[in-house]
Amino acid sequence: MTEPTVRLVNISKSFGEVKSLENVNFEVYPGEVVGLLGDNGAGKSTLIKIITGYHQPDPGGEIYFHGKKVENLTVPKARALGVETVYQEKALADDQSVWRNIFMGREIANRLGFLDIKQMRAVTQRLMTEHMGFTSKAVNPDTPVRTMSGGERQGIAITRALYFEAELIILDEPTMALSLSETRKVLDFIANIPKAGKAGIFIDHNIFHVYPVVDRIVVLDRGRVAGEFRKADVSLEELIDRLYQVARTGRLEAARGGKA
Amino acid sequence: MTAERVSTVAKPGRSPFTLWLRTHALQIGITIVAIGIWAIFAIGSPQTFFRGNIYQAFMSTTPFFGIMALWLTLVVITGEIDLSFPSIMTISMWVFATVMMATGNLAVALVLMLLMGLSAGMLNGIIITKVGVPSLVVTIGTSFFWRGMVKVLTGGTGTSLLPMRDTIFYELFVGRLFGFIPMQMVWMALFAILCWVLLNRHRLGAHIYLTGDNADSARLMGVDVDRTKIIVFGLAGFSAAFAGLVASLEVTYYWPTLGEGYLLNTLSSVFLGGTSVFGGTGTIYGTFVASFIIGAINAGIVAIGMSGFWTELIYGLIIVLSVVTQTIVGRRIK
Ligand SMILES: Nc1ncnc2c1ncn2[C@@H]1O[C@H](COP(=O)(O)OP(=O)(O)O)[C@@H](O)[C@H]1O
Ligand SMILES: [Mg+2]
Repeated sequence: MTEPTVRLVNISKSFGEVKSLENVNFEVYPGEVVGLLGDNGAGKSTLIKIITGYHQPDPGGEIYFHGKKVENLTVPKARALGVETVYQEKALADDQSVWRNIFMGREIANRLGFLDIKQMRAVTQRLMTEHMGFTSKAVNPDTPVRTMSGGERQGIAITRALYFEAELIILDEPTMALSLSETRKVLDFIANIPKAGKAGIFIDHNIFHVYPVVDRIVVLDRGRVAGEFRKADVSLEELIDRLYQVARTGRLEAARGGKA
Repeated sequence: MTAERVSTVAKPGRSPFTLWLRTHALQIGITIVAIGIWAIFAIGSPQTFFRGNIYQAFMSTTPFFGIMALWLTLVVITGEIDLSFPSIMTISMWVFATVMMATGNLAVALVLMLLMGLSAGMLNGIIITKVGVPSLVVTIGTSFFWRGMVKVLTGGTGTSLLPMRDTIFYELFVGRLFGFIPMQMVWMALFAILCWVLLNRHRLGAHIYLTGDNADSARLMGVDVDRTKIIVFGLAGFSAAFAGLVASLEVTYYWPTLGEGYLLNTLSSVFLGGTSVFGGTGTIYGTFVASFIIGAINAGIVAIGMSGFWTELIYGLIIVLSVVTQTIVGRRIK
């Protein structure tokens, strides 16, 4: 059996008094997209920020990548392991150029730290024409991203996650600021993640966005995993019923929601 | 992977030339201001402004705060502020004077002085990032602390630097290149190049801009924001020590009050130069040109015979005006 791309065992995370996550077990396998659902404040963003190395879990939790335990995960370590993320929050540095945003945190540089700007510009130019659909000569790698539309900016954030040969692509509410057609493109992209043998985690409030493009759904409620099931086992209508039930009781009916 | 997601049509009016104008608006602006001020002085007092002496004077005095302003620019771009550099100047120079008197070894005194500045700067950075106190508060505190310490240690008495007079160090830091260009000017030019390269061609500079622009996002993408700030404050402390040495050597005397009077002209150079108070934008070119504008204004005030009391008022006005203009112009451009 293949090892999961990432496996979290017994993960808890507290911020002072607030317990954002409690004893969460979670895994994603290569070739699948997992939908992460739950109310505001359920702990979805906290969970993925543990995978991306931004938050360190409370003592006792364990993180495995491809079956290997990783201690003291940091953002650069996670990115080196192939984790790329499109965040819900303001993810770009507005006054900086497109190329500086694309290469944020992993600039191409020599051993002394001097930047290879020529190469970063060239790569950005290629990504802009091939993947972001910029055709105008007026928009170039040196354009500050502040001047761009919401869709263009999200395009940069997504392309940034893609360019670096990601093995696990995490999207935390990527459609929040997007128009209908822009949302469509993001969803198409997510649906294509498994075809390349990669893994994905998709967080979105809109169940109609999530259901069609994921293979498995994990429901978080107040920091705990309330339930988990394969899409094949539950229709969209049933899923909606169950989410209401979770909101009321904090539990999922055990009946057909068994683990994969 | 799927091509053309999130495709877009570029808005009209974004030609490469307008883009260049937009991204260089502040640099163009400061250049025009500099030329304008020069023209006013030149017309008002041609006999002064068409002779070399006045420029030699500018090149001699401007670097005392200009060197500091260059490195302070990096701090301000990260979205922080440092008000403690005048005090770091004096505590570092106290180390220099004391070690020089005790050992007579100028090289050792020089190294320890620079280390003092570097550590005091890094201490600012560590308190700001690791404890999470705003830089404004931290550096007001450390400013009083270091100046207070100098007062306690010296009791207000200075040290003559006459032993330096005939050494290579004197020639190296405040001598005259080709008998005309003050060495402090050469150092300021070298530091300007170094700062520019660090800021625009080095990973540290990339992280400085990202930190000031969007620290949260930078952190999420793996930029070590805390480390970047500590380095930048360390460099500011280092250059404070250096600037303190140059200013003291010029008068061959270490005054414990060293640094007093440099706060306003340094800050006004940075802000007049177009560096944003909000962090994320700023240029070395802007600060460099602005330092000389500030230096010229100082000289101009004295030349027209106005009292020195006016300088503070005018620097204050410059800070307020440049910050206000920047914010308004910035909003228009964006
Ligand atoms: N950095 C933080 N400091 C303190 N509390 C936090 C922090 N991040 C998240 N929380 C808290 O953790 C809980 C879960 O938040 P989050 O993971 O953002 O939820 P979700 O993404 O599911 O809406 C919330 O109660 C939130 O206030
Ligand atoms: Mg969230």
